[in-house]
Amino acid sequence: MQLELFKRDAPSGKMLVAAPFMALGLTVLTSGVMFAVMGFNPVAALYEYFIAPLTELWSVYELLLKAGPLILIALGLAVCYRANIWNIGAEGQFTMGAIFGSIPPILFPEWTSWTTLPTMLILGMVGGALYGGIPAFLKVKFRANEILTSLMLAYIALLILDYLVRGPWRDPGGFNFPESRNFSDEQSLATLEGSRLHFGILIAFAAVPVMWFFMSRTLAGHAFKVVGEAPRAARFAGFSSKTLTYAALMFSGALAGLAGIMEVAGPIGELRPTISPGYGFTAIIVAFLGRLNPWGIMFAGLLLALSFLGGEAAQITLGLSDKMARVVQGMLLFFVLGCDTLVRYQIRLTPNPKATPVATASEATDAA
Amino acid sequence: MASLHASQIIWVTLRLGNDVPLLAIEGLTKSFGALVAVGGVDLSIAEGSIHALLGENGAGKSTLVKMLYGTLQPDAGRILIRGKPTVVASPNEARAQGIGMVFQHFSLFESMSVAENIALALDHKPTPDEVKAELDDFVERYGLSVDPDATVGDLDVGVRQRVEILRVLLQKPSLVILDEPTSVLTPQEAESLFGVLRQLASEGKSILYISHKLDEVRALCDDATVMRHGKVVARTDPRKESSASLARAMVGSDVSEVSRKAGSVPADAPLVFELNQVKYDPGTLFGMSLKNISMRVHSGEILGIAGVAGNGQKELFDVLSGEALVDLDAVRMDGHPVGSHPISRRRQRGAAFVPEERAGHASVPAMALSENALITRKAPEDGTLGSLGVMKFSAIQKLSSMIRDAFDVRSAKGDPAASTLSGGNLQKFVVGRELSRDPKILVVNQPTWGVDAAAASFIRGAVMELAEKGSAVIVISQDLDELLQISDKIAVLSHGHLSEPLDAANVTLEQLGLLMGVDPTANTSEAAVVERSDAA
Repeated sequence: MQLELFKRDAPSGKMLVAAPFMALGLTVLTSGVMFAVMGFNPVAALYEYFIAPLTELWSVYELLLKAGPLILIALGLAVCYRANIWNIGAEGQFTMGAIFGSIPPILFPEWTSWTTLPTMLILGMVGGALYGGIPAFLKVKFRANEILTSLMLAYIALLILDYLVRGPWRDPGGFNFPESRNFSDEQSLATLEGSRLHFGILIAFAAVPVMWFFMSRTLAGHAFKVVGEAPRAARFAGFSSKTLTYAALMFSGALAGLAGIMEVAGPIGELRPTISPGYGFTAIIVAFLGRLNPWGIMFAGLLLALSFLGGEAAQITLGLSDKMARVVQGMLLFFVLGCDTLVRYQIRLTPNPKATPVATASEATDAA
Repeated sequence: MASLHASQIIWVTLRLGNDVPLLAIEGLTKSFGALVAVGGVDLSIAEGSIHALLGENGAGKSTLVKMLYGTLQPDAGRILIRGKPTVVASPNEARAQGIGMVFQHFSLFESMSVAENIALALDHKPTPDEVKAELDDFVERYGLSVDPDATVGDLDVGVRQRVEILRVLLQKPSLVILDEPTSVLTPQEAESLFGVLRQLASEGKSILYISHKLDEVRALCDDATVMRHGKVVARTDPRKESSASLARAMVGSDVSEVSRKAGSVPADAPLVFELNQVKYDPGTLFGMSLKNISMRVHSGEILGIAGVAGNGQKELFDVLSGEALVDLDAVRMDGHPVGSHPISRRRQRGAAFVPEERAGHASVPAMALSENALITRKAPEDGTLGSLGVMKFSAIQKLSSMIRDAFDVRSAKGDPAASTLSGGNLQKFVVGRELSRDPKILVVNQPTWGVDAAAASFIRGAVMELAEKGSAVIVISQDLDELLQISDKIAVLSHGHLSEPLDAANVTLEQLGLLMGVDPTANTSEAAVVERSDAA
């Protein structure tokens, strides 16, 4: 007997819905086995990971806080991926958004009016969009592969941030710690009483229906899908692939940049060498787990935020390495992509070819 | 190798029972959802016979052949090879069973040599040198001359098809399936292909010949199976039938072909479309650059562009449609210069375009028909878009079903994906999408390529009707009969040059054939090769 993949006549609607849940189930199962192998009680570890963060109000706030940037970035990435443009560098666009958005509070600390914060948010989007525009330019002009350029630019952005907070943007009154000056209230997002939850999260959740409407109800959203499915048909339709490449990368850059400045002007409150636990990369998983659908992305974002929190919780209570969170996220992506195969293919057990009544010639070639 | 020996014995034993047909199909059935593409088909092909499979598009021919070649698995029924029930699980299996297939669309690597392409296809993976030695034998036997060292990208379509056929023959099949093989050939090339097929049959090989060209089938085939709506409707000896009776069996009713009346364009018809000395280099390795092309098309006139594929048709279409941009003044519509205007602006001026490739260029295969309708129907007068580009779904659906009704597009109910339609039905949808705009200018590339007789006749009729209403029409086609039937004037595209237009009423096939074969820039074919490599 052997396993074989057969292409389905049409994509399976049932599997389309079931695949993400299958992936989640397999991830839980596999991580349970891993916990057991590492010498932890798998039930307790899984509880700490996936349930405990939901049992207290403050940690639900934290969950939303972490889901916000993931959702916002993944919404932008989904536009790129629909258009068959593989933006892997959202982490860099996030970072560049944080840097651009921090220009007013760091270079003009005295400017504290009601316009300061909106200016910061807009600058954050501009920074992310410009940084996303670089791989677009390289792709359009030199046909450079955006997977490589956007990924490499992500590391450049992280190093630029590192240089700034250790060098020119270091807080003069900060005892040489690698940090910028703290942002004042006018330069920060208002928070919910008694928590770190800021109103920027509302922007992320409000973006979900907006993006859904944009992608499924407008010609512009349709254009991204057409160019992703059939580039020649897109050209025939009169959609310029250059314009769409710039639009997709700069738009997703803008959303990532917005997420970046909201993180800095929100829970962090200053620029530091590290401002993201890898939101830009995790958002790739969010986008795919959510099937590039804004509503799916919202749920996937909450789930991945849970894995961040669970990782922290398990580290504190059980002493599990925090790297475990990345392992769980990696497994989730692995299983999502694996289970997605079942949408278009089905697995069949086929008898050993030698046992079939099929003919002599194939046996001859087998033997030879 | 011991088992090979044993299998040969079995093979020989099976051959002795010579009443057993080489291939028999019993009750083969395949459904896609609610659509029964092939329903209980029986068919048998004797050794050494040339068997025609006739049918309209969507009749189930391709589905049937795909089951024989192992790319699809039947839901019911069985396939018997030399009387032995066989499961053809994959194309590899099919080849091992002695079934070879020449596809309608070529599957050659353009940047590789002929010998390399053939070596790749063979299961025992010979080196290109071994292939060359084997090729010589076949080339001599069948008169299929091909240079094994030539790069496929440099070869013209007729030669490429020869390579495809040789590739299949080197697998030493006992059954060769050919899917619409003559749609890319000049009349002379087609005739030489028939010679090869007849010789193969005389050597005891069987041939399953899929075509909609009835004259060919009558001249070539010993048997014919006619399919309609997934069922066999007739089994006949095509040599004893007339083209009309075969067509009736295929379509279920008489096919009426309308011809263009000579002199139907008034002498004072206004000039609508103009090309002035267009030069265009596609900048790709195997593209053909256009050299000083001029043309003038008047209101109510159909200009046919003849020529063998690969002589600049694709490039000419791109220049006409605005997918490739040239100097502003090089293209004029209604007197307005539009050469550097992209396709959308040309559509705004009332032009409509039907590209050659219906899936992937004219339509997005994975998208629903309504979404595909929107691709070219997004102007304000189409009423498909609201403010800010918000799509009006009910209007789009209405447009799509109007096109489907008016152009007799047969498909599953609802709003199916374009990829689920048969080639002819998708072509009718694409043509319908453009014609229902009542365009002032229509440019069509290969309007009926791979389309069955009924659909082709329908499409030609619709194009002629458009010209009657005063539109200027340019038809690029490799089908000379088609061009002679519908055009007022015919010009020939050869090596990127366009000949002077000839009056379709007086031109002969020989005249056109000569223009098609001649390279206007050179006296020898070597010179042409040099010129092309310079261009690259």
